[in-house]
Amino acid sequence: MSRATAGERSRAFLLVAPLLLFLAVFFLWPLGAMVTAAVSDEAVSTVMPRTAEAMADWDGAGLPPQPVQRALVEDLRAADDQQALGEAVRRLNSAVSGFRTLLTRTAGAARDAADPGAVSLPAVDPRWEQPRFWLALKAAVPRYTDRNLLAAVDLRRDADGAIVNADPEAAANRVIMARTFLVAATVTLACAAIGLPYAMLAAAATGWVRAALLMAVLLPLWTSLLVRTAAWFILLQNEGLINGALQAIGLIEEPLPLIFNRLGVVIAMTHVLLPFMVLPIYSVLLSVPRNLMPAAASMGAGPLRAFWHVLLPLSLPGLLSGSLLVFMVAIGYYITPALVGGAGDQMISSVIAFYATGTANWGMAGALGLILLTVTTLLYLVYGRLSRSPQLPGA
Amino acid sequence: MRSAKRLALIGCLSCLLGAFGAQDGQARDLTVVSWGGNYQDAQRKIYFEPFSKLSGKPVLDESWDGGIGVIAAKVKAGVPNWDVVQVEAEELALGCADGFYEKLDWSKLGGKESFLPAAVSDCGVGAIVWSTALSYDAGKLTTAPTSWADFWNVEKFPGKRGLRRGPKYALEFALMADGVPADKVYETLGTPAGVDRAFKKLDALKPHIVWWESGAQPLQLLASGEVVMTSAYNGRISGINKSEGKNFKVVWPGSVYAVDSWVVLKDSPNRQAGMDFIAFASKAENQAKLPDYIAYGLPNKQAASAVPAALQGDLPTTPKNLEGTLALDADFWVDNIEELNARFNAWLAR
Amino acid sequence: MQPFIQFESVSKAFGPLTVVDNLDLGIAKGEFLSLLGPSGSGKTTILMMLAGFERPTSGTIHLGGKRIDHLPPHRRQMGVVFQNYALFPHMTVAENVAFPLRMQRLPRAEIDRRVERALDMVRLGALKDRRPSQLSGGQQQRVALTRALVFEPDVILMDEPLGALDKQLREHMQIEIRDLHRRLGLTIVFVTHDQTEALTMSDRIGVFNAGRIEQLDAPHAVYDTPRSRFVAQFIGETNLMEGRVAALEDATATVIVEGLPLRVRRTDGLALGQEVSLSLRPERIRLGADSVGGNLLPVTISDCVYHGDHMRVQLASGPLGLVARCERLAGDWAVGTPVTAGFDPADLTVLAR
Repeated sequence: MSRATAGERSRAFLLVAPLLLFLAVFFLWPLGAMVTAAVSDEAVSTVMPRTAEAMADWDGAGLPPQPVQRALVEDLRAADDQQALGEAVRRLNSAVSGFRTLLTRTAGAARDAADPGAVSLPAVDPRWEQPRFWLALKAAVPRYTDRNLLAAVDLRRDADGAIVNADPEAAANRVIMARTFLVAATVTLACAAIGLPYAMLAAAATGWVRAALLMAVLLPLWTSLLVRTAAWFILLQNEGLINGALQAIGLIEEPLPLIFNRLGVVIAMTHVLLPFMVLPIYSVLLSVPRNLMPAAASMGAGPLRAFWHVLLPLSLPGLLSGSLLVFMVAIGYYITPALVGGAGDQMISSVIAFYATGTANWGMAGALGLILLTVTTLLYLVYGRLSRSPQLPGA
Repeated sequence: MRSAKRLALIGCLSCLLGAFGAQDGQARDLTVVSWGGNYQDAQRKIYFEPFSKLSGKPVLDESWDGGIGVIAAKVKAGVPNWDVVQVEAEELALGCADGFYEKLDWSKLGGKESFLPAAVSDCGVGAIVWSTALSYDAGKLTTAPTSWADFWNVEKFPGKRGLRRGPKYALEFALMADGVPADKVYETLGTPAGVDRAFKKLDALKPHIVWWESGAQPLQLLASGEVVMTSAYNGRISGINKSEGKNFKVVWPGSVYAVDSWVVLKDSPNRQAGMDFIAFASKAENQAKLPDYIAYGLPNKQAASAVPAALQGDLPTTPKNLEGTLALDADFWVDNIEELNARFNAWLAR
Repeated sequence: MQPFIQFESVSKAFGPLTVVDNLDLGIAKGEFLSLLGPSGSGKTTILMMLAGFERPTSGTIHLGGKRIDHLPPHRRQMGVVFQNYALFPHMTVAENVAFPLRMQRLPRAEIDRRVERALDMVRLGALKDRRPSQLSGGQQQRVALTRALVFEPDVILMDEPLGALDKQLREHMQIEIRDLHRRLGLTIVFVTHDQTEALTMSDRIGVFNAGRIEQLDAPHAVYDTPRSRFVAQFIGETNLMEGRVAALEDATATVIVEGLPLRVRRTDGLALGQEVSLSLRPERIRLGADSVGGNLLPVTISDCVYHGDHMRVQLASGPLGLVARCERLAGDWAVGTPVTAGFDPADLTVLAR
């Protein structure tokens, strides 16, 4: 390679360097952080190195031998990083409720004791006589864990390490995730059903009509969530405009339940997400030569058949990318379902938000996010295969 | 030659980054974070602006929706970009144990004995006492409900009910509706049988519940008649009565009250100013102005007694309103929220 | 005999703008008719009305004795070749060609057979699985043509079909289309603004200007005896001269142009003192030693451009300027050389002003 091309290459690299940096900082790094958070489990081993070491000699049967208990006391005495200890406590409490108060009390006793060897843990708190606390501690020692990932799909390891279903009384992630995909799919279908004809209308229109049509579909993106929610409320509630109008013209006697149920969620989400469907289809349609439909007609295709054989296949790339966009954005929704949905309409992102902001359990948040990301990536691959016919305009 | 240029370029870039970074760290004004809405508007008038005038420096205010994860993220960033935050009881307990907050010097706040016991902690001082209570539209409901048992009684009071989505409050209310006295609620919830009992009671009402998420929703639900009664935050109820002339009523017995506290985030660059602000906002003469705007109870005893009698009736701290109420057990929820939330979600999904 | 296609008093207006004005036009079966005219002359609108994409504002159109102006395009059985081919980008060559047959719901086997035969005829059999975007312009053009032909329509309509091709390819395709026309006995209506294309391909040419037919004639008639100044100027190059009829003889007349008396063939209705225009094709002028004929003018050469197979010579005779086109001849063609220009009275076409 000549010196000149080497120079050009490095200059080209410099030009894209900001982009690469941006991708690394705002895309790859958070992704890595999420994966790490989902599987790493260092909170306990960091604060309790002695306990971790001593635990290796305990087979998990009954109560751990004296050296383990002593190591725990020493670790708690030595723990001076309050935030690190807090993290360990949160981690343990997330495994067994009550660990927080137990450890707080034990740490206090350990610090106050003159001789760490003389501290009797069951005397400090009788809960130390329950093996489940010790087992939870032992399970928290390894630096990596599949616990969060399993819990994200309602699985857990039993005492023998085999993967089993979590207690159905306290496991809803699978249901909520399935529901999330169902709602997203319904919204995608609704958007496609409305968005395709709408985009065709907008592409066929000219001048101010086209501008008005596009504006109308973009409007919900520019209004704040609260304003939109209030609007839906006014429209959809039992004494709302729609029910009022239907009752006034005598179509129904009792108000239809339009809000605080799945229907309300689908209506509201379709409203917001419609532009993500309309715009890709619209731009694909704009690139379709105007004489194709007349050409089809001249060859004996009536309007319906011309649509079916020509316009629809040609708008398919737009429909596909629109569907993908709507679906992926819809998966992440949770405020709208919370505001206009009913009890059975909570979506997985609200569970993620609960762990991330509510309890600072980033392991669970990361694991749920990772599952969501995996499914979405799979969908994207399917989309990639579907849209690989390279001759489509706009593709 | 070329590599020299490149070095210079990189140097410039890092200069720029450095400049921005430094600006962020040093020159930031005191940032106070509260819960937004009318409440924060009132706080701005009686706390933020007067304090800014007194100290001669600007006070920035932001709002948040709670969550220890938010606090943890801020503190772990090294230098938090918030200084003073008003936190709920669980966030106070969690964050204090985890070292997310600076310790307070109570001598500068007028001593622990000047405040309600529930408003005193190593890391935070109570800002308000607020209550989640059964409320209804007295303009629509002729027979007044008086207890959570009435809330559960769909024969006597037909129609939907609003509850905040989540196990917190719902479980407490369910147990009280099932006949558990207020002072035994957390004791009962502390046992697996108690939790089962609460969920079983919720089962009975499940088809009639509209779940709400944000504090403004229950008011909307009541106003539109979507629900006949709902749990709601007491401050919002008296607020809407005042602003829109509604006649919404609060049923005090069986309500759950909690204390929100001011904290200073660990390693805040404005630590001293933050402490001064907390002291300012905790002074009796300043705190006493709050009920004029919004019906929250005052943790400063002296301030509470200075509230005019006309406003006393709406405050959760008024002795008459405290009868039969329940103080939120932050420790219980800190310990059990994840497990009960998972169970609640599973229950909802069934 | 009733023509195969008949336009009767057809007008088309877009708002206040009349694009086609009271058109009467008959097209015979098996005829190759070109509609020639500048853009905006209404020729494409006529085609669109024939195809059914536009409806006449008034008047009727008959095809084979059947009125068709109210039928939608898909019921008219006309093959249309569009300006940019209008091939379906999502279909292969074979699928494109099969499309009209599928629309007729023919059996699969017959469709395949006819598509194959049609593609072989235009030598595209090897490309049948390609997509349009993988073809050259000429190949796309041939696919479009095949697609319009394959369902054996009554009429083929072509809207500037060769406009997007380069010169060489265009000439090649002209031959190919003419060949198909002859072999299959097709009725073709061909819209173009390229006069050479119209002259070389058509049986008849309709020259359009501002919504009206200026002349409808065989190519040689349109060229040799244009009936209006517009036609004379639009088709080929010409010398247009303005003059006055000064004398009328038996078979000839004398017209004074810029003070020069020119003898022209006497036509009906020519009156003494009438203001007329004269059209003289450049190739009809002979120079120097060749200059024989009824008119001989002393001129000087003011410019001379070499064109390979011919020379283009600018001549001046006082205020009168002429362009002549002659084969290369010996002699002095330097600017300023005085020569004699000669032309026959029959080569001067008299046009009313």
